[in-house]
Amino acid sequence: MTRRRLIQILLVALVLAYPLVVAGSPVWARLGALVLLAAIGASAWNIVGGYAGQVSVGHSVFFGIGAYSAVVTYTQLGLPPIAGAPIGMALSVLVAAVIGVPTLKLSGHYFSMATIAVAELVRVLSSTSEFLGGAQGLGGPPVPRSVLDLSFISATPYYYIFLAVLAGLLWLTHAIEHGRMGFYLRAIKDSERAARSLGVAAGRYKLYAYMLSAAFTALAGSLYLTMFGFVDPESGFGILISVKMVVMAALGGAGQLFGPLVGALILVPLEELSNSYLGGQGAGLTFVVYGAIILIIARFLPSGLLSLLERRRSAASRAAKTVDGHAD
Amino acid sequence: MSMTLVQVVVSGLLLGAVYALFSSGLTLIWGMMNVVNFAHGDFVMLGMYTAVMIWTALGGGPWASVPAAAMVIATLGIASYFLLVRHIMRGPMLAQILGTFGLALFLRYGALWTFGANFKTLPDDLVGHSFILAGIRFEGARVLAGVVGLLVTLLLHLLLTRTALGSRMLAVSEDATAAQLMGIRPQRMQALAWGMAGAATGIAGALIATFFYTSPTVGETLAIVAFVTVSFGGFGSVLGALVAGLVIGVVESLSAYLIGPVYKDVIVYILFVAVLWFRPQGLMGKA
Repeated sequence: MTRRRLIQILLVALVLAYPLVVAGSPVWARLGALVLLAAIGASAWNIVGGYAGQVSVGHSVFFGIGAYSAVVTYTQLGLPPIAGAPIGMALSVLVAAVIGVPTLKLSGHYFSMATIAVAELVRVLSSTSEFLGGAQGLGGPPVPRSVLDLSFISATPYYYIFLAVLAGLLWLTHAIEHGRMGFYLRAIKDSERAARSLGVAAGRYKLYAYMLSAAFTALAGSLYLTMFGFVDPESGFGILISVKMVVMAALGGAGQLFGPLVGALILVPLEELSNSYLGGQGAGLTFVVYGAIILIIARFLPSGLLSLLERRRSAASRAAKTVDGHAD
Repeated sequence: MSMTLVQVVVSGLLLGAVYALFSSGLTLIWGMMNVVNFAHGDFVMLGMYTAVMIWTALGGGPWASVPAAAMVIATLGIASYFLLVRHIMRGPMLAQILGTFGLALFLRYGALWTFGANFKTLPDDLVGHSFILAGIRFEGARVLAGVVGLLVTLLLHLLLTRTALGSRMLAVSEDATAAQLMGIRPQRMQALAWGMAGAATGIAGALIATFFYTSPTVGETLAIVAFVTVSFGGFGSVLGALVAGLVIGVVESLSAYLIGPVYKDVIVYILFVAVLWFRPQGLMGKA
């Protein structure tokens, strides 16, 4: 166990010192911040999609609400965008309740499809809204007025802000995982009917998980806006935003604390690399590779990359623990 | 006024029949093995490119491109089944999303790399000019697409519900182990389902290409329509997809005409969510 402890300490130190390690390169600092931001979104999704097994493919609704709340706080009230984050989170919890009550009754793929439809509905509506800047979208403060605008040239401040938020979110997720709610959610994921028959208020707990997940997804949206300073219907409410959260969590290992982070660590650099080698025909080819990597991992490790670690660990300790994720 | 309304409903029905056709492949797979193919829209897209290539290389119209696209996409479907889907079916539901989304990106950007990002269109008069019948204006390409779409969807429905082959496929979808004990090979039936779904999807793609622009990313838009149509109709039910497709087509045209083109999708999504609220299994799905 001491060797494991040592590895953990080294990892934490590396994460904390990362911007200093790559100080020479703004590209790498930016990459680190982007990985953390994506990990926040995917980890937020993981609460309802991974632990409770309710595969929402419409989380862009909450991401967009967060991003737009931040920017509207600036355009309408002249406040720093980040002041819109709590508004976005509260609004998302409300919207999650409105969407969740009817859709969480649906099972399996029907729930996923309903969430896609709701997200598309919101995307189309947002592009027709004058208040939200229509199809052009809205921009944050062009020049930072104070440090509260959280508008920095260097990516390092974003890195630490995102790291703090991610750490808080993972801590909360960890607490849920090992608390009463975590047991309920896993029971619901394995078999909702069995959970209900044992007296778990499945509907209520699914809704709690959904609302909590929505709040943190909105926070990810607000943070996105502070870094990018701009949002339009596609980058806020687009279906790709939702799908990426699902794919990152599933790639690393859904329903596992560090699964989404692992997924983000692989996909974000891959995508940024593709973007930086953009130029004519090359753009297509790198995304072909991106797609191929995703499908190969799904083909050989259907329960995500972390299942590999689990397999090794269980083989080592000879514990006859079943590998997670083979529900149904 | 009322004549215009009839015109709007007719073009909605024609569009709806095409929706039904390109959704029937998705619903077949979904019902048969509880797999949602997130690459479905990109299958349609490749069907469209097949049609475009047949025209640019050989100068052939739909009579050549429809069978060609059916064969190409059926092959693609069977290959996807054996190389990918067969394996990810053993994993959790998320693995399907992961795997088929990976496939979607692979195909989409493969098409971008091969064909470039530019929109391609087939010539307007490829399927003949528009004509007026009983005061209603018909566009040749859309009539062909609508009628063929309706026929192929009905044929698929009859094949699944009225033939021995259909019964065998149903048996596999109900209980693969029991079916195997009765001498049915589940993998062969599932591969066949992917082939049939691919053929229907390819036909739909080739037909859509005659009146819609073809681009590498067109599948994303089409996939959402297919997802909505299939869940609306109830998964596994080709007849459900047909009814849902027609309803969506008409509702779309009517709301575009009465409220405004921007709101046509809004109305469709609201209708969809409302239907799921009252019938969580869709119009014709089994409870």
